This record gives sequence, structure tokens and C-alpha cells, in this order.
Amino acid sequence: MSIGHTLLGLLESGPRHGYDLKRAFDEKFGHDRPLHYGQVYSTMSRLLKNGLVEVDGIEAGGGPERKRYAITDAGVTDVERWLATPEKPEEYLQSTLYTKVVLALLTHRNAGDVLDSQRSEHLRSMRILTDRKRHGDLADQLVCDHALFHLEADLRWLELTAARLDKLRAEVAE
Amino acid sequence: MNAPAAPAGSLLTAEELRKAYGPTLALDGAGFSIHPGEVVAVMGPSGSGKSTLLHCLAGIVPPDSGSIMYAGREMATMNDAERSALRRSEFGFVFQFGQLVPELTCVENVALPLRLNGTSRKEAEKTALDWMRRLEVDDLAKKRPGEVSGGQGQRVAVARSLVTGPRVLFADEPTGALDSLNGERVMELLTDAARSTNAAVVLVTHEARVAAYSDREIVVRDGKSRDMERAV
Ligand SMILES: Nc1ncnc2c1ncn2[C@@H]1O[C@H](COP(=O)(O)OP(=O)(O)OP(=O)(O)O)[C@@H](O)[C@H]1O
Ligand SMILES: [Mg+2]
Repeated sequence: MSIGHTLLGLLESGPRHGYDLKRAFDEKFGHDRPLHYGQVYSTMSRLLKNGLVEVDGIEAGGGPERKRYAITDAGVTDVERWLATPEKPEEYLQSTLYTKVVLALLTHRNAGDVLDSQRSEHLRSMRILTDRKRHGDLADQLVCDHALFHLEADLRWLELTAARLDKLRAEVAE
Repeated sequence: MNAPAAPAGSLLTAEELRKAYGPTLALDGAGFSIHPGEVVAVMGPSGSGKSTLLHCLAGIVPPDSGSIMYAGREMATMNDAERSALRRSEFGFVFQFGQLVPELTCVENVALPLRLNGTSRKEAEKTALDWMRRLEVDDLAKKRPGEVSGGQGQRVAVARSLVTGPRVLFADEPTGALDSLNGERVMELLTDAARSTNAAVVLVTHEARVAAYSDREIVVRDGKSRDMERAV
């Protein structure tokens, strides 16, 4: 999962301090793995260097967590591009996909589009596997089936998520 | 106002379809297009309008508005007799539950569409048996639908849908009642058969592994369709 894009997405609703960013991230996406402050600073300094965020003010007291960051136009474009680009179908995509859907909802983009383009990308892989299965021997078939079932599991989760988008939107907005 | 031109070479094209059932807007501007020999999956959540779209495309249900062109002709301009002739000879149908006639044997079921078109019994059953062989169910010819398994019955239904050599095969959840092994076998046989006759297949399914037998997919949501290939 891309921490940089996630932090950028969180900045879209308005400037935030470093500590506030970490808190928002942990609350929404970091249930199992909260961010270290070190990760926040190294990510933010990279985003600064690349012109995707700018420093919007510094609170008295110093320390990097006191900096207030704002997203730049280039940063918004970057989030936009990330959300629009489907992930390569691999196993254990769940956390990235979840993050994309929640961020799309938080930033009032169309989360259904994220799901549709990911389904399309998954199906592309599944067609290739299905074709290989049809023309292969039994060993090929078993290997392809294993991959197909995993991709299907991703998609079933996607469909279920899509069916619950309205509920998720309400919860995410809290 | 001019309707937008149909994609070049397409056999069946629909645009701006609207269909309401009382207060329910089942289709709300849906579109569709398919080429000969192409398998297009229609996906989307339950109640989104997939079956309604299929019924409109097949001339079973008239849309309230919008255009459906089949082989260069606007369906709305055909009369009922023309539309039902189209369904009998140009279109084939497979549904979730085979819908075989229980009183007839399997081979009689498969031969039925040909018989309805006036083919002699002998001729019809010979062609029927050829198709049953391709679907690997010719050994069930003399059995009645009640005496065969769900997967076998579904293959018989696929044979029946193809026996008239349709140019478009409409399949609504054709594997919905089957386990994955039988479902995949039906998909394999169905798409092989359709490819060999250059028939177009409109495949409604919510299962990704079934949709993986298609060439491309459209997604229907709230009565609106999205062509994932052209959306990119
Ligand atoms: N004959 C009918 N009379 C009244 N309402 C109908 C009729 N057919 C469909 N509808 C309604 O139109 C909407 C679309 O139904 P449709 O059967 O096309 O959905 P679907 O996408 O095929 O769903 P599923 O995946 O559950 O089969 C639904 O709200 C349904 O209740
Ligand atoms: Mg349906």
C-alpha cells in the first residue's frame, strides 16, 4: 500500500499537522499497523521535495510533527492518477484496494469507478488464465485454477464492498 | 435527432434504452453492442437491470424508449410476427434452469426448435443428436429431463439453444445452478460451440470465473451500462 498517496489523499480535505496526519491514518487505515512518526516524516519530506505538498505553517515549539502541510495541485493530480490506475492483480491486495475505496469516498470521488476498473483489470488476468487452462494439460489447469480462485476471491470482496458503498460512505464521513 | 452510428460491424446494438416497471426504472439509458463471434459478459449487482437488458435485446420485452438495431434493422419497426420469427430462427436462449419440457426426451427437447420451424422429425433429431454429441450428452438422448443431473440437463439446454444455428445466443446465468466444475465445462462447451458457428453470445453472469470466458464485459448498475473496454 502506498503510504504517500494515502497521506496525500488525507490532505485533500484541508491542511493538517504531521501528528494529525498520523492520527487520521492510524484511525482509518492503520488498525493492524499504525505508522511510526519516522515514516510520516520521511514520507512528508519526500512529498515536499517532489512538490506534492507544501508547508503551510509551523506551530511554536518546533519539531517536524509541528509542521502543517497542504496538498498542492500536483499532489491532487497524483492522488487522482493513483486512484484511477488499477492495481496489478496479485494476491493480498485487500489493504490497498480498501484504502483506495475509502479515499475515493473521503475525497468525494466515484468509488464505484475504482471498483469497476479493478474488476476489469482482474478479468483481464482471469481471461489469460482461463485461456491457458483450456489449452493446457491437467497440471496447467490446476495451477491456473488456483490463481483463478484467488482472483475471484478478490473480486467477490470487491462486489460486496461495492454493494455496501453507501454504508461505507456514511461511516467514513464520521 | 440522429441516433449515434452503431459501432462498425456490430450485429446487435442498443442505445439509450429505458424501461420502467411501474415506479421501478429497470433500465435508465443503457447501451450495448456485440459483433458476430464475440462473447460479451453482462455483469453488475442483483437488480441492476441485467436480465431486463437481455430481454429487451432479444425482443422479448419492448423498451419504453431507445433503439435496438439487429442486423441493420430497428426492432421497434418490426411487428410481433417478425420479432417472434427472429427469436425462433436467429436467436438462441439458455437460462439458469434449463427449462426443458419434462414430457419430452432429451433429444426431442433439443430437436424442438427445429420442429417448430417446420423441419421433419427425422431431420430434426439427427441434427439434435449432432449437437448433443458436441455437448457430450448424446448418451442421454432417450432420457427425460427428470432422469438427468442438473449439469447434464444444462448441457442439453445449451444443445437446444444452438440447434437452429442462431446468430446470437442469449444466456442468463447459464451456470447459476451448477457447481464450479460443471459450470466451467458448460462454459467451455458453450463458447467453443458458439465460436465454431461465429455466433455472438450475450452472457449475463455475476461470477467472475464465468465472465472470464468472455472477450469483454459491460457492467450494469442502476439501469445504466458501462462498457469497460471503451471506458479505458
Ligand atoms: N416483470 C417485472 N415486473 C416488475 N418489476 C420488474 C420486472 N422485471 C424486473 N423488474 C425490476 O427491475 C429491476 C431490474 O431487474 P432485473 O431482473 O433486470 O435485474 P438483474 O440485474 O437481472 O438482477 P439479478 O442479478 O438478481 O437477476 C429490479 O428492480 C426488478 O425488481
Ligand atoms: Mg437477472
